[in-house]
Amino acid sequence: MKQTVAPIERVNDFVVKFANVNGSGSASANLLFAKSILRMGIPVAPRNIFPSNIQGLPTWFEVRVNENGWRGRRGGVDLMVAMNPQTWEQDVKEIEPGGYLFYDSTKPLPAAKFRDDITIIGMPLTGICNREYTDARQRQLFKNIIYVGALSALLEIEPEAIAELIGELYKGKEALLKPNVQAMRMGRTYAQNELDWPLGIRVKRANAVGEKIFIEGNSAAALGCVYGGATVAAWYPITPSSSLAEAFARHCRRFRTDPATGKARYAIVQAEDELASIGIVIGATWNGARAFTCTSGPGISLMQEFIGLAYFAEIPAVLFDIQRGSPSTGMPTRTQQADLLSCAYASHGDTKHVLIFPQDPKEAFEFAALSFDLADRLQTPIFVMMDLDIGMQDWLCEPLAWDDSRKLDRGKVMSYEDLEAGKDFGRYLDVDGDGIAYRTYPGTHPNRGSYFTRGSTKDRYARYTEDGATYVDNMQRLQRKFETAKQYLPTPVRKDAAQKTRCGAIYFGSTAPAMEEALAALAGQGIHLDTLRIRAFPFHDEIADFIADHEQVYVVEQNRDAQMRMLLVNELAVDAAKLIPVLHYDGTPITARFILREVGEKLAMFNVTPLRKVAP
Amino acid sequence: MTYLAKPRLHHPDLPKNKLGYTHRDYEGTVSTLCAGCGHDSISGAIIQAFFELDVPPHRVAKLSGIGCSSKTPTYFLGNSHGFNSVHGRMPSVLTGANLANRDLIYFGVSGDGDSASIGLGQFAHLMRRGVNMVYIVENNGVYGLTKGQFSATADKGSKAKRGAVNNDEPIDMVMLALQLGASFVARSFSGDKEQLVPLIRAAIAHHGAAFIDVISPCVAFNNHPGSTKSYDFVREHNEAVNRLDFMPAKTEITTEYAPGTLQEVVQHDGSVLRLRKLHEDYDASDKAGAMNYLLQRQAAGEIVTGLLYLRPDADDLHRLLNTVDVPLNQLSEKELIPGAAALEKFNASLR
Ligand SMILES: Cc1ncc(C[n+]2csc(CCOP(=O)(O)OP(=O)(O)O)c2C)c(N)n1
Ligand code: SF4
Ligand SMILES: [Mg+2]
Repeated sequence: MKQTVAPIERVNDFVVKFANVNGSGSASANLLFAKSILRMGIPVAPRNIFPSNIQGLPTWFEVRVNENGWRGRRGGVDLMVAMNPQTWEQDVKEIEPGGYLFYDSTKPLPAAKFRDDITIIGMPLTGICNREYTDARQRQLFKNIIYVGALSALLEIEPEAIAELIGELYKGKEALLKPNVQAMRMGRTYAQNELDWPLGIRVKRANAVGEKIFIEGNSAAALGCVYGGATVAAWYPITPSSSLAEAFARHCRRFRTDPATGKARYAIVQAEDELASIGIVIGATWNGARAFTCTSGPGISLMQEFIGLAYFAEIPAVLFDIQRGSPSTGMPTRTQQADLLSCAYASHGDTKHVLIFPQDPKEAFEFAALSFDLADRLQTPIFVMMDLDIGMQDWLCEPLAWDDSRKLDRGKVMSYEDLEAGKDFGRYLDVDGDGIAYRTYPGTHPNRGSYFTRGSTKDRYARYTEDGATYVDNMQRLQRKFETAKQYLPTPVRKDAAQKTRCGAIYFGSTAPAMEEALAALAGQGIHLDTLRIRAFPFHDEIADFIADHEQVYVVEQNRDAQMRMLLVNELAVDAAKLIPVLHYDGTPITARFILREVGEKLAMFNVTPLRKVAP
Repeated sequence: MTYLAKPRLHHPDLPKNKLGYTHRDYEGTVSTLCAGCGHDSISGAIIQAFFELDVPPHRVAKLSGIGCSSKTPTYFLGNSHGFNSVHGRMPSVLTGANLANRDLIYFGVSGDGDSASIGLGQFAHLMRRGVNMVYIVENNGVYGLTKGQFSATADKGSKAKRGAVNNDEPIDMVMLALQLGASFVARSFSGDKEQLVPLIRAAIAHHGAAFIDVISPCVAFNNHPGSTKSYDFVREHNEAVNRLDFMPAKTEITTEYAPGTLQEVVQHDGSVLRLRKLHEDYDASDKAGAMNYLLQRQAAGEIVTGLLYLRPDADDLHRLLNTVDVPLNQLSEKELIPGAAALEKFNASLR
């Protein structure tokens, strides 16, 4: 077949996608592939696209190789490693013109199954495995390693990098180490002898990774919980949040085991449901521990009543919402930012909650640690708004950092000494004018400082009342406290374009990498956009200022209903017409290409022409 | 209703316990429940039990759900922190509180609606986990606070005040607690303080999940003929299997009993429970036997009360989780934060 489009030629800048069957052991081989490129100093952004199923359904692993370090999903595929006959059609279709298809050619396929604008690379993987191995499971597992070996030849990945990683993976397990290295070498040798290599897309050792680390957001957030002093965690399994709780257990075993006694300086309960999870958190924080739960949209829905109690009775709580495709069980293994409203206004009655939006695993670590200070300081639930893309994918980030002089901010707590000294204790008494009252931990003092916590109305001294004026007084104080919150929350990050512009864009969370990449591309076309990354709710004044400074502001988010835009319109006195929604919500992570297309079209309608040349 | 403080004038002659506290120091605010409500008698028994046990009130955390019964923690132990949580979910709040500080006494008060209807799930899992606490269900067979609808413990065939008949099978909290692993299980009656106070004392001393189902008539909605939770009905059908004498650790045991009528159990803290058997064949250490007995006697229309089951060497959640001896809420930065050097090592493992 004669190829109609010239093969793509690009070094250190391409996308490889692996199409596999769930449960076939491909995940570790694919990760090995991604990490070996990283070891060559070239940034990668891998994404696992998996079904809500344990075995047998299609699963994909996409690796973006990019020396510039763009971490967002690019969209499009340059090399498809098509290992799943079930998804063949769709996989072949997805390849960019001029791209490459690598497949198992053991059984011949009719020409109609291919395209004439791509390079086709067949390797009889099954045949090789059947010849080399007798055990069925081995045939399956080594097939994965063999294709990684073949790819190392095709893409010029250093085999030493792969061997080194296999060595680390199977350290102390010689029985596994050797055959894995052999399988990789076998695949590599086959490709070198039988296939045309290298491809037009390939890697070349670079120095673009440096000190950066490769970590999942859930693991980073869980470590943030350890550093934030959390001692109690309660959770109910739900994708994509479970791995946060599991990582917390792992980190705690490592960092929180009393060296002398082997006992645990933490308690983790896998609760019977999300109601119990948040109940356990509330009980623990009421009693002076730091506690969190992690969940996803459906869990947040179940927790509503308790969240209202925590708001009204002013009990600290940290909730990680690792958002996924919703509503209902929606797209449980896909990503979205669609719980903004259900968290911001969670529960019945007049309630508002603090949300913080990390952009990547590094911020997930920082915000997780911070969230416990915020919860104690503000005595209210804090929602750490992550999503599947941040939580469950490995991201290349700056190394995590900690300042050893940092102290836990336990907020306003009256001690035995304070009470003994005769300080006036009113649980809901606003002594400092910031809306935040002092609390006491149970068991502090024999006859001072005890109080009754309830979800019903109470006066400043925590005494039950049904008096309307007292209720209003309390609700107004809570409003004041919400204002106070702003001074403790991460401020928005504003970046003005090289040149003055009438247009701006607002984004948050996992949209950040795609947005940054889109912005660079726009700037390359001479189109300038100022940007603002929101990192917290309630909104800082800078956000209203940013909107006021522009004629049009794109609000880029990953949900259907423009939930961030709704929050902005609702909470700030801004002209809603200025806020143009840019919405991506098919469950895949938003891409720079998408933003470029959407914003490009809208800019054209707004009649923004690249008036100026790119700044030199 | 607003808060009514009780006058704190102490009579100089009031008896004091070992801590120098009088009965009044264990009271709360004035009850706002209906006059004659069984729940108030239970509050009285709780006050007496804590007073007699010489427990410093501030070392107790009282927790409840929602309902008339769940309001009662305001009416006892005024120097304890209290938490009136949400309907049916106190068990999780209590679990969390317990995890945060293993050194306090956790005292949960709930209703039959709170624990057997909306909160059945949390009740079950609390018992399964063996949380070290006392859990009392003030059982009146109805939702008092929402004006008398049947709860899930109402007996089949029992009649509501306006004549409606309950068709659903009742949930027996005692059977559930036994099956789910509570290590101290008792049933009593709000009208029998003699029986109830020692049971509460023993439950407080018990290390593990202690559950007491206390039949507690609702005079407003469930105290009429045709109800199986009325004062009259319970008095007529109450069959106590034993009477309990509770001896705190280190008290000398002086009374003599006829052989064979006494079962003595030493609890974890050294306290001794003496069960004076009223039914010779009842053995409170035999769970399967207890369940069997309960089923048989219930079928015969009896309300079996007393200490029904006890496992004195029970495990509790902290032991199972192997948590440190210091309460988790007292750990400081030094014990909690691994620090910058550890983080650098962690970073290095991710390259
Ligand atoms: C989520 C929720 N649903 C319903 C109610 C209304 N409610 C308040 S108390 C109660 C029943 C209480 O019954 P029980 O626990 O038996 O207590 P009692 O009043 O009988 O002592 C109900 C249904 C509520 N507070 N919360
Ligand atoms: S309604 Fe019933 S349960 Fe409630 S206070 Fe009155 S008597 Fe007690
Ligand atoms: Mg009731």
